[in-house]
Amino acid sequence: MNFQELKKLENHIVELREMSLKHELDLMEVLKNLEQKANEIKSHLHENMDIWDKIKLSRIQQRPTTLDFIHHIFEDFIELHGDRLYGDDPALVSGIATFEGVPITIIGNQKGKNTKDNIYRRFGMSQPEGYRKALRIMQQANKFNRPIVTFINTPGAFPGREAEERGQSEAIARNLREMASFGVPIICIVIGEGGSGGALALGIGNRIFMLENTFYSVISPEGAAALLWKDATQAKRAAEVLKISAKDLLELGVIDEIIKEPVGGAHIDLPLQSQYIKASLRKALQELGSLDNGMIRQQRFDKFRKIGVYMEEKLD
Amino acid sequence: MKIQPKIESNPFTCKSCGEIYDESLMKREWNVCPRCQYHYPITAYDRIKMITDRKSFSEFNTCLTSVDPLNFPEYKDKVVSDKKKTSLNDAVIAGEASIGGYPVVIGVMDSRFRMGSMGSAVGEIITRAIEESLKTRKPFIFFSASGGARMQEGILSLMQMAKTSGALEKLNYEKILFVSVLTNPTTGGVSASFASLGDINIAEPQALIGFAGRRIIEQTIREELPENFQTSEFLLEHGQLDMVVNRRELKHSLTTILKIHHLNFRECLER
Repeated sequence: MNFQELKKLENHIVELREMSLKHELDLMEVLKNLEQKANEIKSHLHENMDIWDKIKLSRIQQRPTTLDFIHHIFEDFIELHGDRLYGDDPALVSGIATFEGVPITIIGNQKGKNTKDNIYRRFGMSQPEGYRKALRIMQQANKFNRPIVTFINTPGAFPGREAEERGQSEAIARNLREMASFGVPIICIVIGEGGSGGALALGIGNRIFMLENTFYSVISPEGAAALLWKDATQAKRAAEVLKISAKDLLELGVIDEIIKEPVGGAHIDLPLQSQYIKASLRKALQELGSLDNGMIRQQRFDKFRKIGVYMEEKLD
Repeated sequence: MKIQPKIESNPFTCKSCGEIYDESLMKREWNVCPRCQYHYPITAYDRIKMITDRKSFSEFNTCLTSVDPLNFPEYKDKVVSDKKKTSLNDAVIAGEASIGGYPVVIGVMDSRFRMGSMGSAVGEIITRAIEESLKTRKPFIFFSASGGARMQEGILSLMQMAKTSGALEKLNYEKILFVSVLTNPTTGGVSASFASLGDINIAEPQALIGFAGRRIIEQTIREELPENFQTSEFLLEHGQLDMVVNRRELKHSLTTILKIHHLNFRECLER
């Protein structure tokens, strides 16, 4: 059974319950058994999801976006726009807010909620203006000593002619360097797709968290399959060999924590998902707040300095 | 929604939507058309009244005024007549106040006085206000409304752009917040200096904001420009503004910004 079939089963149970109430039928025992069975199937499905299931889940239309999480996690949110250079990129949102009374600067990739919105948001793929807006707002956070939280959810930086003309690479590269220099805490959370350089441009954090059903990869599984086997339909196979799940990244020492998702995925229960994120955020802020700004910068630098697996052999 | 006009004494016809109101209603609405939201100019003291907390404003350098350093034809007379017309000393006022309980240094330009143009006196008042903000570490809030540098003071006016921007560099270095609010119009040398340098740049809807005049650009490039060219909305889309805020919401937005700005994250975490 898959999640879709399970959903059907659950709907049937609801209908049955309504009918039993309406016609005063005593189906309590039957309903209880059915519900228990459905829950068992649900946890079984949840535990046995492979990476391809997770990728699909991380990309579905109903997946909560950065703005959804902002409204559930923070108060006093004021959105700030523009790179002061060329444009305002709707594929990336930024602003200031408070989190349980603590001032925070928020940056995040923004996907659309429907097809029209997605075209406007360019499916969460930023132009250089998006990364430059992020940089401007993060520099301001650093200036005013405000912690930064980033939400990562992008297929990647936008591949286009204009993006290249205006320096997509430079925009990403500058963020990597500048984020390394900040003395304020940076906490990054992958909430959907972690697509390569476009994700990393918001990903230089003291803490990096991933929601359970997300992925973070050097290349999209489709892209990898096309390059490796000249066949984009082999994406599923590529997803497996690339080791891109939250669990893989935790084992590789790239991320710090996996934030669990409600059974069935983040979109099933947005308030509950937000509670899980809040708990991790609270803890990270407490830990990082006890360090001074120099230590915060050093901790972040050390974290990335030690990533990499290699061997050294003396040649005779 | 149709708002029934109640014309008692002085009728006011909105040039944007044609609705007719009584003038006193427009004043209560801070010169924003209740129907089409067109933002009309507002005097500097009305702006202070609208934005700052009651009776919190105390004005700096109330005696500073322009002279005629270049003996420019008719300049003196024009300044005298604008003084009479507006009861202002020049095109800007500045002082200390509080907004939503947060202390600030605030400056406001008034476009009725020489089109809000910046000469030596305006530049000096703005610079002193910035220096006061530097000294007291209070955030600096500035409302611009200006046609640009004041031609009649020549190169001295141009240099006010450098003077004010230089003072803002000190503010930036000392990490003191500067919120720039651009209102209709903010053009030329004012838009090309302090008005564009806010940590946060806010504009009122449909304000004219830009460097060169529309006609000059059209003549130079021999192309017709889009209708919304150099409006707040155009600038927002082109990355130059953080937000466009309706005049009625401005005090609330500024208060929230000041609130977040005043919080120290380590102190908040200890609580």
